[in-house]
Amino acid sequence: MHDHLLSLLIWLPIASGVVVLLLGDRNIVAGRWFALAASLATLALCVPLVLGFSSHTAAMQFVQKAAWIPRFHAHYGLGVDGISMPLVVLTAFMTVPVIIAGWQVITNRPAQYFAAFLIMEGLMNGVFSATDALLFYFFWEAMLIPMFLIIGIWGGPRRVYATIKFFLYTFLGSVFMLAALIYLYLKAGSYSIAAFQALPLTLVEQRWIFAAFLLAFAVKVPMWPVHTWLPDAHVEAPTGGSVILAAIMLKMGGYGFLRFSLPIVPDACRQLDGLMITLSLIAIIYIGFVALVQQDMKKLIAYSSIAHMGIVTLGVFLVYAIVASSGTTLDAGMGLDGAMVQMVSHGLISGALFLCVGVLYDRMHSRQIADYGGVVNTMPIFAGFMVLFALANTGLPGTSGFVGEFLVILASFKASFWYAALAALTLILAAGYTLWLVKRVVFGPIGNDHVAQLTDLNGREFLILGVLAVAVLLLGVWPEPLLKVMEPSIQHLVTQAAATKIPV
Amino acid sequence: MPDSMMNLHTLAAALPEMYLAAAFCVVLLFEAFVGERRPGATGTLTLLLLVIGAGLTVQFADVTQRMVLFDGSYVADPLAYVLKLAGFLTVAVGLLYSRAYLQDRDILKGEYYALSLSALLGIFVLISANSLLTVYLGVELLALSVYAMVAFDRESARAAEAAMKYFVLGSIASGMLLYGMSIVYGLTGTLSLDGIAVALNAPHNLGVILGLTFIVVAVAFKMGAVPFHMWLPDVYDGAPTSVTLFVGTAPKIGYFALALRLLAHGLAGVTVDWAGMLVPLAVLTLIVGNVVAIAQTNIKRMLAYSTIAHVGFIVLGFASGTADGYSAALYYTLVYVLMALGFFGVVILASRKGFEAEKLEHYKGLYRRDPLLALAMAMLMFSTAGVPPFVGFWAKLRIIQALWETQHLWLVVIAVLTSVVGAFYYLRVVKLMYFDEPPESLPETVRSFGVRFALGVNAAAVLVLGILPAPLLDLCARLIH
Repeated sequence: MHDHLLSLLIWLPIASGVVVLLLGDRNIVAGRWFALAASLATLALCVPLVLGFSSHTAAMQFVQKAAWIPRFHAHYGLGVDGISMPLVVLTAFMTVPVIIAGWQVITNRPAQYFAAFLIMEGLMNGVFSATDALLFYFFWEAMLIPMFLIIGIWGGPRRVYATIKFFLYTFLGSVFMLAALIYLYLKAGSYSIAAFQALPLTLVEQRWIFAAFLLAFAVKVPMWPVHTWLPDAHVEAPTGGSVILAAIMLKMGGYGFLRFSLPIVPDACRQLDGLMITLSLIAIIYIGFVALVQQDMKKLIAYSSIAHMGIVTLGVFLVYAIVASSGTTLDAGMGLDGAMVQMVSHGLISGALFLCVGVLYDRMHSRQIADYGGVVNTMPIFAGFMVLFALANTGLPGTSGFVGEFLVILASFKASFWYAALAALTLILAAGYTLWLVKRVVFGPIGNDHVAQLTDLNGREFLILGVLAVAVLLLGVWPEPLLKVMEPSIQHLVTQAAATKIPV
Repeated sequence: MPDSMMNLHTLAAALPEMYLAAAFCVVLLFEAFVGERRPGATGTLTLLLLVIGAGLTVQFADVTQRMVLFDGSYVADPLAYVLKLAGFLTVAVGLLYSRAYLQDRDILKGEYYALSLSALLGIFVLISANSLLTVYLGVELLALSVYAMVAFDRESARAAEAAMKYFVLGSIASGMLLYGMSIVYGLTGTLSLDGIAVALNAPHNLGVILGLTFIVVAVAFKMGAVPFHMWLPDVYDGAPTSVTLFVGTAPKIGYFALALRLLAHGLAGVTVDWAGMLVPLAVLTLIVGNVVAIAQTNIKRMLAYSTIAHVGFIVLGFASGTADGYSAALYYTLVYVLMALGFFGVVILASRKGFEAEKLEHYKGLYRRDPLLALAMAMLMFSTAGVPPFVGFWAKLRIIQALWETQHLWLVVIAVLTSVVGAFYYLRVVKLMYFDEPPESLPETVRSFGVRFALGVNAAAVLVLGILPAPLLDLCARLIH
């Protein structure tokens, strides 16, 4: 069981997706229940994954390795460490609310809708658990297909523009990564990521490879200035698509930096960390201001996601500045810890916020902030949830949003006062745009007749928002288990990142 | 084994060609005596003959080592064996897809099948060519058969125009080939490719470069590389779709063999020279093919430019000048043929009597009209775009890997950038099929079970070979090394 657990986490959802597809729209009642059962079963598979995970080692666990393309030394290699395991669990966890959220809402080709999300889930788990670079790339790119269809079929009025932009943008970023991976393979003689990490590389090589990785991961995160696909994709995507995009797909960029950039090209990272920190700070501050002026709720949350992912990339690339200023690697893990917690937490919070917008959109068919006002009067329970997630988004202590941001800002303080001063602006800006959103949408007098006729959450909506609220609070008051699981892997990563790979 | 020893064993190696020549006669005779009374019977017979041919090839012509026959003008090796099997299979599947199409347009004639077989014979001759004469024989046999096929629909002025263009330009290319060959012959005094390979071993010789220029131009013309591609969109567009399907698939195997036998084997000693010529051709081909495809509104023209773009990748494989590059080109060719069979098959199945589904807009909302056809087309489009989990991804990966091995950094960059450009117009087809509503009043797609099943297998093969690419990759690498 343990040997095949990760395989099951990948292929069970994919196979279930195919079954749902075959059941078709005619048997959609059975199809929906089957999809829900499959997503719950996948989540249940995470239980042995978490329980069987040892937090005393940085090594890959639940390892599976089989020959895939022997001639090119590519393996079907799977395994998780403290960095990828939480992301696999997050993926399995977030897919369930997405399935439930589409329950009655999706009437156009529902079988394909549920199938697409299940297949996505499997592919995303594949990305996080691949230990072979070629397998990683295989899942990384394959994932574009269901997302392309999800935005294009169930999206809003400008869905075609948004989905083609999304596909081409990410495809463009990824192909250079593929070129870099092949180059690394020819040097290392194997596609194993561990072999890449052990491979000595000159600084020139490292810089080129860093650039190729940066293109792929920066587009995915997305970092300023290659973020422009995200607001379009989010606005046009159906609720479920937005949730998966924000909660999981953006994390792949951050994960890529942690798994590929830092350990494979550490010297280039050390040399270019100033650039990365600058880009992250621009994302945090400039995009924060951009979020302030948005008229569309989804667009606002999309920009807020970019700003919050700026915190993640900042945390990742603080390592070198901390080592340089403190002289030891002891504290360097703090930024990475913060980045990881921020990724998980942002997955929950942004997912929840998009679900909240989805709840409103299903009733009013508008995402314009101006069309709302005083929702609390007609939807008090919903308002409670929305305010909670909004506060979590601003980083209120007691919610998961606080832990990640606090750790990263603390770490940036160790690196440089100015980094901390600028990064801390996120607290003010996030409070600004999020609370202003809540004020205009939720509070105040009832805005118009449509708002007056709103009905509060039904049981299905209450269930998904409730579960997410519990998760956000739990991670906020008790992040210890997550930090403990990550600890050895983060320490190992710090050693890798601080080492030099330039051959002497 | 000495050349002169003509026993049954050595003759068996040439069985595919002999069998095909006989089958060609059988089909002609059958058409003359039976075909008139029973239209369609010839088609069934041809399919049967092709399957039997493949079976006989497996049984008797499965050579395990390189054998040179007929005074050095013919070679039988494992590569030829595999390519010929692929040829049998490709033509059989292509004819299967085309049957209803031909019937609806009153061109279901025995001659069509006979010409297919003679074209296939030309391909086989190319595959096994080991002397300049055999190469030329194969090129002409294939080309003449295909010219006639393009013009097969006598009623169609467009087809006649396309055939005329193809014939005139093709003749010039054949002339170039002959001229280049004569220079090489003049320099080496031998027609045998083995002999030329031994005699020509010093690069940068002016005379050789002159001869090479003509040969490379001819090969580029036959493959459809820019700037010798002008005929290709017109032929693809003007010919009946079943002929487009034929031209777009099996001959690619033959022209791959042409480049491999002539350039990579015969002219191996001057690889630096011709590989240097191929590099700018490949770059131009990739850019022009991908960019111009975006502007097309006719799907056959779009697929023609997409073919040109893929030819660019195959030429890149040769341009790397290494065995690994050739094996990448071989893999790319086979994968491309598989995909081309599929997408031209979809175009054929979407067309009905009196209606050619050749405008892109005819594919709007295809999902609503025929979900299976749309699914197959979507898989094929993602595969041609090079997106995993489909097999087209591995084809591109192999070429890029071969370019990296030879340190062609800029070619890698151009290859990946142009494939992003290419993704756009493949995605547009998916967009039309899945995101748009179908227009009113389009005729129903072809519903015949057998053909649809074959197309389903074709599309599934693109997925299965994509998830488990090892066997085919391995085979291609073994055949070349």
